[in-house]
Amino acid sequence: MQTAVVVLALLLIAGLVAAAVGRRVQRRGFSTIDERVAFRALHTASQAAPPLRMGLTSASAGRSAKYLRELLGAPAIALTDEDGLLTWEGPGEHHAAPLVEAAQGPLHSGRPTVVNDLACGDPDCPVRGAVVVPIAVDERVAGTLIATTSQEPGTGLLRAATETARWVSTQLELAELDRSRAALAQAEVRALRAQISPHFIYNALTAIASFVRTDPERARELLLEFAEFTRYSFRSQGDFTTLAEELHNIERYLTLERARFGDRLQARLQVAPEVLPVAVPFLALQPLVENAVRHGLAGKTGVGTISIIALDAGAECHISVEDDGVGMDPDLLLGNDMATGAEADRDHMGLGNVNDRLRSVFGDDYGLVVETALGAGTKVSMRIPKFAAGVRAS
Amino acid sequence: MTESAFALPAIVLVTVVTLVIGAYGVRFARTTSDFLVASRTVSPAWNASAISGEYLSAASFLGVAGLVMKYGADVLWYPVGFTAGYLAMLLYVAAPLRRSGAFTLPDFAEARLGSGRIRLLCAAFVVLIGWLYLVPQLQGAGLTLGTVTGAPYWLGAVVVGVVVTANVATGGMRSITFVQAFQYWLKLTALAVPAFFLLLVWQAGGTGSLTADDVPVFPAETTVDVQVDVTVSVLEPVSLVAVGVVDGAAVDGPLRWESGRHDIAQGAELRFPAGAPVPHADQLDAVGNNTWATPLGTGGGHPEFPLFATYSLILATFLGTMGLPHVLVRFYTNPDGRAARRTTLLVLALLGVFYLFPTVYGALGRLYTPQLLLTGQTDAAVLLLPGAAIGGLGGQLLGALVAAGAFAAFLSTSSGLLVSVAGVLSTDVVGRGSVAAFRGAAAVAGIVPLVLALQVVSLDVSVVVGLAFAVAASTFCPLLVLGIWWRGLTDVGAAAGLLAGGLLSIAAVLITVLGGARAGWLGVLLAQPAALTVPVAFAVMIVVSRLTAVRVPVDIGRIMVALHAPESLGVHRRPT
Repeated sequence: MQTAVVVLALLLIAGLVAAAVGRRVQRRGFSTIDERVAFRALHTASQAAPPLRMGLTSASAGRSAKYLRELLGAPAIALTDEDGLLTWEGPGEHHAAPLVEAAQGPLHSGRPTVVNDLACGDPDCPVRGAVVVPIAVDERVAGTLIATTSQEPGTGLLRAATETARWVSTQLELAELDRSRAALAQAEVRALRAQISPHFIYNALTAIASFVRTDPERARELLLEFAEFTRYSFRSQGDFTTLAEELHNIERYLTLERARFGDRLQARLQVAPEVLPVAVPFLALQPLVENAVRHGLAGKTGVGTISIIALDAGAECHISVEDDGVGMDPDLLLGNDMATGAEADRDHMGLGNVNDRLRSVFGDDYGLVVETALGAGTKVSMRIPKFAAGVRAS
Repeated sequence: MTESAFALPAIVLVTVVTLVIGAYGVRFARTTSDFLVASRTVSPAWNASAISGEYLSAASFLGVAGLVMKYGADVLWYPVGFTAGYLAMLLYVAAPLRRSGAFTLPDFAEARLGSGRIRLLCAAFVVLIGWLYLVPQLQGAGLTLGTVTGAPYWLGAVVVGVVVTANVATGGMRSITFVQAFQYWLKLTALAVPAFFLLLVWQAGGTGSLTADDVPVFPAETTVDVQVDVTVSVLEPVSLVAVGVVDGAAVDGPLRWESGRHDIAQGAELRFPAGAPVPHADQLDAVGNNTWATPLGTGGGHPEFPLFATYSLILATFLGTMGLPHVLVRFYTNPDGRAARRTTLLVLALLGVFYLFPTVYGALGRLYTPQLLLTGQTDAAVLLLPGAAIGGLGGQLLGALVAAGAFAAFLSTSSGLLVSVAGVLSTDVVGRGSVAAFRGAAAVAGIVPLVLALQVVSLDVSVVVGLAFAVAASTFCPLLVLGIWWRGLTDVGAAAGLLAGGLLSIAAVLITVLGGARAGWLGVLLAQPAALTVPVAFAVMIVVSRLTAVRVPVDIGRIMVALHAPESLGVHRRPT
């Protein structure tokens, strides 16, 4: 019995470790030489790819050069960019200076060059000749690949080097693509940056105006709240804030709304203290509360209650905002979804924006969930992971 | 064994109260219309109580006293180390870890090293350490229920295992800072109040010296029921009345044992007169009172290599605390790094007070319940002492209080561990956790240690916990300390160090837990592996990181600033 448990436990550990490290299984036993050659060439190329996908720098060149040399079967290879040598892989580095000089031609003309007379005093030096081929990225020559040979450089080497340079170009273009995609994603997040609704500003100022004569002291307090609210909402730095900060801002928001609705607007909060430090996208909650105020009170007489609930759920925090108003027709809500763009009702702009931001930050599993029906109130909930790479409250 | 009429109701009460507060507490305590109340963060004092409440496990509540009773001065390093682990944490880890924004150890690895694979590796070790730590909790539960009600060992383990797993799986144990904080004070009370009465009894009895006799003696005529086969060594000749099979022969009447070894079969009943020297269970390496009280006398069960065993234990407990999964997640509740430091400081104070008491129980156990030295089940000392030393109704009530406190210890620690393990399993292994995934993960996370707990009856609770600390110290301590204080750590280096330290220490643990004790250097290395595995893990991490220096994250400067600069400087803002 005990032996069985030992064996089981050891197997379990082995399995966990293997799964964690993701052991690469190298298959042996190719049936033809062609298969093996193809495998070896492609495998070498795939090892050279990851550094190149970081762009052409001396660090990435240094890490991929070893594989490029293996791919070309050359005694030594070098990579240069417009500013000079990036890396030299292999023996005979004393030839670097004249070859970098020779690379100026291809850099400007975009055409390969053959260098013949590289004899040097060292009898062991395997470098006798070289070809210099340009590496073009987006129709611009970004650098050159220098492949040396111990014999007279011939057409074979030239063609192999040209193909390799073309492959390197593709990788660098992919790198360029990665970069622009990341920039696009960032721009998208910025474009989605939360906005407070113009309706609210208008309503709040009107409500304050109505107190100016009857209750100047209250009007002053409300104006200060309004100033604080706008300072928070218009702050320019940081995409994330803590749930506690966000709650503070909702408090200001509700104070201003109460100036309009008076005691008709009630709030009920249930917040687990453990989740107050959770980082949430800036102004992720406020549009939900705004939506609840609108649907919880509009078209309804009597008191409307808004419940804000934040629960601790292990590695996540579950937040929901609920109102007891007239609810929405789910079809209408779907029709008004951001997909239809231009027709989108302003009311739901805020929700759509929060939804998009949550998904772009945490992934597609983390969108808003809206539960509603006519006459049954509305509940909007979100899940926020307590930790996500790159997400920090500021 | 003493069976108290009040113990079972007290245990049931503690369990039900814990479950109910866990399920409904937040709803009652935190429903408000006042934003100021709703956005009040957990203060360092509350959080420190919660961390202490969750941390003080069966090992602390029962195990430390049991070990002190057996081995004496040398095992005082257990409570010292369990506490001082927070000192290492305060000095090196608490504030930077909070600033990293990490909720779990895999989160930290991902944030610092930017690699998904290292995240998985960390998740695997979190699960293993969590399980290793859960085993002694269930063991303690089996022991406690068995001691106070006479139920078989497996029943208590199964009951606690199932209750905690079901409760965690149904979402009952989530927002529980206040529950855990309450548990700390409950445990402290449950241990401190009877301890004061015990000290009064001891004083009333003339403050008998622990080392007055050469070996422990029975204070009064004592009858011992032998529940499992045991071999005892007799230090001084002793007369007794035995019923049952002793030394392979059926006996029913008076008997005299000379020095040497004697086998007692299960079911035997031995009656010793008052003042008779206590035979010791064979695996205890019977020690006289003077050796017991002398530092480096027993080496905590490794009399041949006391110094090595002691240093190894110190290393494991001092450095292991920071790598325990359920401790780390509580730090997330602190609003910032400064609060994290304050919390840690308070935890040190709270634990320091608590650990005074198990020592008292362990020492007095030698005077009032020496028969445990014969059966070897010294972990039961805390539970039996009030009844044995005080007796009567008072003794029974105090016994019930202690039993309830012990159950609070299993419930709080195993719930916290299970939540952490299930959380890691559901996010990192099953995939971004849905509620259903979390439930499944909780079931798996609960069942595995239960099966293991049923296998390891004979080991001391604290020893198994010490092994969990050794694994944590050999894996996550180097990751955290180097990750926070050394720019050069790379993902490959960290993975190599984790594997080296982790596999070595886990191999040692498995052999110790399942294969039994070994003699000589190998034995002490397997039982106390930290002095070897911790330096190995550090060395491998440093060397491999040096060799793969190109893999240092490009934005290491930014990461380091984020870890170390106080929040108030505002450097945590990302450029916009």
